[in-house]
Amino acid sequence: MRSIISASISALAVIAATAAFGQQRVVSYYGDMDPTVLEGMQKVMDAFQEANPDIKIEFQNFDHEGYKTSIRNFLTAEPPDVVNWYSGNRMAPFVNSGQFLDVSDVWEENGLKDAFSSALASMTIDGKQWGIPWSYYQWGIYYNRDVYNELGLEVPSTWDEFLANCEVFKKAGVDCLTTGTKALWPAAGIFDYLDLRTNGYDFHMALTGGEVPWTDDRVKAVFAEWDKLVAPGYITANHAALDWQDAAALMVQGKAANYVMGNFLVAVLKEGGMSEESIGFMPFPTINPDVPRAEDAPTESMHIPAGAKNPEDAKKFLAFVATPEAQSVVNATIGQLPVNKNAEVADDPFVQAGFELLSTTPGGIAQFFDRDAPAEMAKIGMEGFQQFMVQPGQLDNILDRLEKARQRVYK
Amino acid sequence: MSVASTGTPRRTWWRENQQRLTPYLFLVPGVLFFMVYVIIPVFQSFWLSGFDWDGLGPKEWVGLGNYTELFDDEAFYTSLKNNVIWLVLYMLAVPAGLGIAIFLNQTVRGIRIYKSLFFFPFVISQVVVGLIFSWFYAPNFGLFYRLIEWATGHGVAILADPNLVTYGIILAGLWPQIAYCMILFLTGLNAVDPEQVEAARLDAAKGWKMLWYVILPQLRPATFMAVVVTVIGALRSFDLVSIMTDGGPFGSSRVLSFYMYEQALSEYGYRMGYGAAIAVILFLIMMVFISGFIWKMVDDERKGL
Repeated sequence: MRSIISASISALAVIAATAAFGQQRVVSYYGDMDPTVLEGMQKVMDAFQEANPDIKIEFQNFDHEGYKTSIRNFLTAEPPDVVNWYSGNRMAPFVNSGQFLDVSDVWEENGLKDAFSSALASMTIDGKQWGIPWSYYQWGIYYNRDVYNELGLEVPSTWDEFLANCEVFKKAGVDCLTTGTKALWPAAGIFDYLDLRTNGYDFHMALTGGEVPWTDDRVKAVFAEWDKLVAPGYITANHAALDWQDAAALMVQGKAANYVMGNFLVAVLKEGGMSEESIGFMPFPTINPDVPRAEDAPTESMHIPAGAKNPEDAKKFLAFVATPEAQSVVNATIGQLPVNKNAEVADDPFVQAGFELLSTTPGGIAQFFDRDAPAEMAKIGMEGFQQFMVQPGQLDNILDRLEKARQRVYK
Repeated sequence: MSVASTGTPRRTWWRENQQRLTPYLFLVPGVLFFMVYVIIPVFQSFWLSGFDWDGLGPKEWVGLGNYTELFDDEAFYTSLKNNVIWLVLYMLAVPAGLGIAIFLNQTVRGIRIYKSLFFFPFVISQVVVGLIFSWFYAPNFGLFYRLIEWATGHGVAILADPNLVTYGIILAGLWPQIAYCMILFLTGLNAVDPEQVEAARLDAAKGWKMLWYVILPQLRPATFMAVVVTVIGALRSFDLVSIMTDGGPFGSSRVLSFYMYEQALSEYGYRMGYGAAIAVILFLIMMVFISGFIWKMVDDERKGL
């Protein structure tokens, strides 16, 4: 509600500003950015306005949760010229209902297909590109080095080594793998990696794309691996009542060793008092050595609504955001990875590690379960993952339910 | 009518019918808004529940398809079951509120302060109540978790347990609801006739008999109101579920109103038709109670109670 009000207030502000700066052209831009992200993007907007003094960018910020609802309203009612959204299946409803503008010409004119080769697939629907990616970040396992050192354990590279470590952690009263699934999505990170390591990228995309039944034996194999963590109790108990930040607190306190998370976890761990030296990062261990390594790396992107009043200048802004310079600036500030491969990577050990990890990925880069799968399937799926970790005996029921949903959602 | 009989020179249609029309004219704004915001949307929901629609694209007519799917949907039965549990346990607010009201209905120094303190939970927002209780239940640091851990050696995270979570949320909901019922009964107790109480005393009535045969009959209007607001409160419980668990773990604390919201309006939903079908079911359930209440009110009025 508040965001609707603030949206309408901002709409008024935009109108007022348009009147005041009659000679300047305005690009209105809506997004849902945290303070640090906004700080980085503000630098890009400032640089763009400096380079184009006749264009003014009016930015309106929303809170995350409110934005997901408001975007549906303002795209149809009073669309701005540029919006932040996500690629992959998350943008599909807006593309298919004609709410987003085809920006293939921006890609073509600026030769972006080469610079953005890693993100091309996720930005493409029906052979056209529908937005510009500007940032992404790696997922993987973050761990507490001190806990590893205390118990004299090596950082594992295979699943068996990881499980062997878990047994030691368990005996020492430390949660081997922590998570907080109150918001559901952290459970999907674990599933993504188990599937990517067991069956590989192509199967994972086919599964999230609805081409494989959930009752398939290969899916059951993923849950069999997962059960190696669930049955012995290696995962934090009561994770269903914990927010993901609560689980990070367990890791800071040394009560948990590993956490499958995105790179934004580092900021939370540092806030909690961990130093760069005590936080470790490793790729998710190998389960099936024949499967090429694939990773999760959700991409942030920018799109132009079909109803934009100033699409020409909006395209100019998108082209500017795509430049290596702009991508370097914004990502250096927010501690994430630029998508343009010619951009510079920030001098931060975790960002560097992520760059190393993603640029050498042989298997493919997935977006994350709730972006690769359609929203409805994602919700039911993530509930199933959470339930499995609480009631592993219900697996057959869970898979039947997911299969029923698959047949409905993808029809 | 008297105006008409005096035979004034300007006997317009308006003057003749003024008295008859006035009540309707006063009703018009209210009825209009009630139509626009309540009655018409009810029928729109019925209409919408026959479509498959994501809120943006074209609508596709599926007839009773949404209902067929709904009756084959585990999550729907979980929500329905939780709604029934809510309805039954929420009723505890009525006797509990009565008990506290009777306890507070005395003249002691500073009683107003005690009354306000008891009423306080009803004043604070449901969101705040939800947050307080989720911290209370929180694993590892919550007071309740710690108490159970201290007493049994093993903490119970209520909100992570699919079998306990609904009860945990209802308990949080009872806190303000009891306060609400209490205030209804307190005002009711003010209207209790002291002479009747006196007379009953002379006849040696006291304790439970006094309560049952003398006080409660006089509290009938207050009891009726308390039951009505509690039933409606239980059926539209949404805020607490949303704040405390978001329907989880894996949907075990959903109620119908929350499930409807999730399907139609949440981040992962936008199935307007399916959401509308859930809304229709919830509406029909509520209709049973509401018509019951209305029937009783009309009946009472007829009897002149």
